[in-house]
Amino acid sequence: MVSLSSLTIACFIGIPLGTVLAIKRFYFRKTLLAIINSLMGLPPVLVGLIVYLYLSRSGPLGWLGILYSPTAMIIAQVILIAPIITALSNQIIEELHEDYRDLFLSLNAKPIQAVIAYIYDSRYSLLTVILAGFGRAISEVGAVIIVGGNIDHLTRVMTTAIALETSKGNLNLALGLGIILLIISLSISLLVMWIKSFSKRYAHV
Amino acid sequence: MRMSSKAPKSHMFPIVVKNLSLEINKKILLNNLTCELTAHGITVIMGPNGAGKSLFVRCLHGLTKLTNGGILYGNLPVGAATRGRQSMVFQSPKLLRRSVIENLRFVANLNKKNNQNLLELLKKTELSLLKDQHVSTLSGGEKQRLSLARALVSNPEILFLDEATSSLDPRSVSIIEDLMEEIKLKNVKIILITHDVNQAKRIADDIIFMNNGEIRETRLANDFFADPHSQEAKAFLKGDLII
Repeated sequence: MVSLSSLTIACFIGIPLGTVLAIKRFYFRKTLLAIINSLMGLPPVLVGLIVYLYLSRSGPLGWLGILYSPTAMIIAQVILIAPIITALSNQIIEELHEDYRDLFLSLNAKPIQAVIAYIYDSRYSLLTVILAGFGRAISEVGAVIIVGGNIDHLTRVMTTAIALETSKGNLNLALGLGIILLIISLSISLLVMWIKSFSKRYAHV
Repeated sequence: MRMSSKAPKSHMFPIVVKNLSLEINKKILLNNLTCELTAHGITVIMGPNGAGKSLFVRCLHGLTKLTNGGILYGNLPVGAATRGRQSMVFQSPKLLRRSVIENLRFVANLNKKNNQNLLELLKKTELSLLKDQHVSTLSGGEKQRLSLARALVSNPEILFLDEATSSLDPRSVSIIEDLMEEIKLKNVKIILITHDVNQAKRIADDIIFMNNGEIRETRLANDFFADPHSQEAKAFLKGDLII
């Protein structure tokens, strides 16, 4: 649930932001893109530490009281995933923009109409982006263990459970959880591949 | 009485181009163009490659900003307001990655037009049987016919065609030319770029001949083909000026 929630929020931020960065020209656009691209490789432990410092009792957002909660884990994961989704959607939409720019200008399409059309027409390619974001979210352990605290029945997710069971020496359980995680990840990859091949066959994209 | 949101057609004409210049990367691409186009007929812009024809049409449609000079549609300066009353068919078809009918619906929705006319347009462009096909499965001629159908969805007062029939099969050229003649009768001004001298002879009412970013001649088509004034136009018609 944590991974899906953070993925959803990151998509709502990343896809429109990536689209706007692809079709609008403004000062510092390239700088902003460079920053977003470099954020793709953020070390999860560092993100966990920064979010921890902000949310801890003495931190600037400590009054929220959300440290060691799923909300804190979602925040950390959104920080990790949103740059990936933004940068990859930006690349896809930029390519489409080469085809559509003159057309939309000629048609006097409003920016919001253009953004919706860009996202709609690249929806199958964006699925791969979403999968990349989901892969990052589901495999992430460093940040969520710091801000979530790995509390049983509250903030323990599969990756943190695997880390815990490995440290306890319960390798069979850790391996079992790992296999389940792998199956989930593989199933989603297969589903996206199927959707892409379906779209190639029927929608020719 | 309900007022139309558009100004009456007469307000878009004549099209007055005055001292239009365009400079990109310190290179002068259009140099001091001046001409006046009337509301009627088909104006064909001719000239060798690199003459600046496409850039001129982009400026007329408001897709490229001018460096100097101006374009007036009646009393309206070129811009979004005038572009909204025009349509353009590009040299390489610019189509949404959707089905044929969805491409038309997109423009109909933008212009709040009735979707019922779309099937009629598909029929005229002989695309009815392909209406649910994705554009990536269409041939070059079919794509260009779809581009023309889409351009007509918004009922433009001025239609620009940038080499819309180059490299098309004779049937597609014939369909597009027939449609041009039909919409010309509905008082739509057509501005067409073509390299095809025979096509220009068939359909042009007046000719703008360009070379090296400048207008060399602006004349009635019959006069131009009977007796071109400039040496460049003579060479072009003989097939000697190709650049």
